[in-house]
Amino acid sequence: MIQVTQLSKRYGSRWALRDLNLEIPDGRFVALLGANGAGKTTLLRILATLLHPTSGHVTINGLELPQQAPTIRRTIGLVTHLPLLYGELTAEENLRFYARLYGIERPAARIDALLELTGLASRRSDLVRTFSRGMQQRLAIGRALLHQPPVLLLDEPYTGLDEEACRRLDGLLRQVTSQGHTILMASHDLLRSEALADRFDVLTRGAIAASCDKPSLPPGGATAFYRSVVEMG
Amino acid sequence: MGTFTRTLLAVAWKDLAAEWRSREILSATLVFSILVIFIYNFALDLEVTLQSDLAAGILWVTFVFAGTLGLNRSMSMEKDRGGLDGLLLAPVDRSAIFFGKMTANLVIMLVVAIVVVPVFSLLYTINLILPGVILVILLGSVGYTAVGTLLAAMAVQARTRDMLLPILLFPVALPLLVAAVKATAAFLSPSVTNSAVPWLNLLIAYDVIFLVIAWLVFDFVVEE
Repeated sequence: MIQVTQLSKRYGSRWALRDLNLEIPDGRFVALLGANGAGKTTLLRILATLLHPTSGHVTINGLELPQQAPTIRRTIGLVTHLPLLYGELTAEENLRFYARLYGIERPAARIDALLELTGLASRRSDLVRTFSRGMQQRLAIGRALLHQPPVLLLDEPYTGLDEEACRRLDGLLRQVTSQGHTILMASHDLLRSEALADRFDVLTRGAIAASCDKPSLPPGGATAFYRSVVEMG
Repeated sequence: MGTFTRTLLAVAWKDLAAEWRSREILSATLVFSILVIFIYNFALDLEVTLQSDLAAGILWVTFVFAGTLGLNRSMSMEKDRGGLDGLLLAPVDRSAIFFGKMTANLVIMLVVAIVVVPVFSLLYTINLILPGVILVILLGSVGYTAVGTLLAAMAVQARTRDMLLPILLFPVALPLLVAAVKATAAFLSPSVTNSAVPWLNLLIAYDVIFLVIAWLVFDFVVEE
């Protein structure tokens, strides 16, 4: 479970997050919707232990940030619009490198499974720089799942992907969702978010302005819900 | 193998494997070094055997300038491709990441030295392939890559990182540069070999101090 209480983050004089509260039970897929600059990436980077909050409390699976950050890192996987991969290494080498960092014993079977899951088994020995953006993003998801984290954080995973790559990523995320991960995905893509998530939180001016479960969405779906929240200001 | 060593070796292997395939840093650093040596050779118009002080100075200025290119590139490649986030997300002692990157930078700097020293010796008609000089190059390279990797990690967070690294690095590396030049000059001058000892001691002290500082502060340096 992810629990965020009165979380604030300030950059100089600007507040990126202000008194944000959020609770995500285990196994839920929550879409975090919001305009550019609403604070989505800041929130995800704090949850990923890459950024210190200015104030507030964050616990992930009962572990508190920032005190237990090293332990929390074992329980989260992060996918951003950058793949966090090395172009001069092959797909397999990239996964093997991260497996070493995460201390995964005998990683070969896990790497094989992830290359199969991401549809990249036939390209395992190719340098990542020869991959399309969509293939890199699928491998990035494989990298994030390598240590079998219960929590997956996705920050705009569809950025820069063409329609075909988006569809393949959809399929992959559906498979991942069925494995019971707790997922928080920041995205501008309302239709894709609606297809995947089971809850929708709208972030405006650094705080959660509204939240809605999938069955409670108004006619018009996530798009209508998001617009109504934004128009309310 | 302990977690620290495993992480260190993994990061160093990753950097060296990537560099072996792209040869991005090595080729730029080597070409730059050779060009600097040539430029000094023509600019100073030296026809006879070079004074040892001058040879040592030119050699170390070449290493320092060329090394800065490699250090900058090594860390900015991590930042541009998001690799730094990938490293920081791992549940490992972050100082092991520092020592892994430093080890890779050190290997690259020593490979450059292996090529540059014979070229320098030929061009300036002075034999640099001496045990004492090799020891100074080793000690100087350890200190320079330690402080350089640490400051590159700091500078990479800034938008002006390409300009920032030399501005941060050169003043901090000055004691190391002076000690390396003096020790090299002492070894090149057969009559005063003993005078190298205090400079070698200074190099060792500098290396130890900056390795410890980097071990202590790297975690804070890479925090946003």
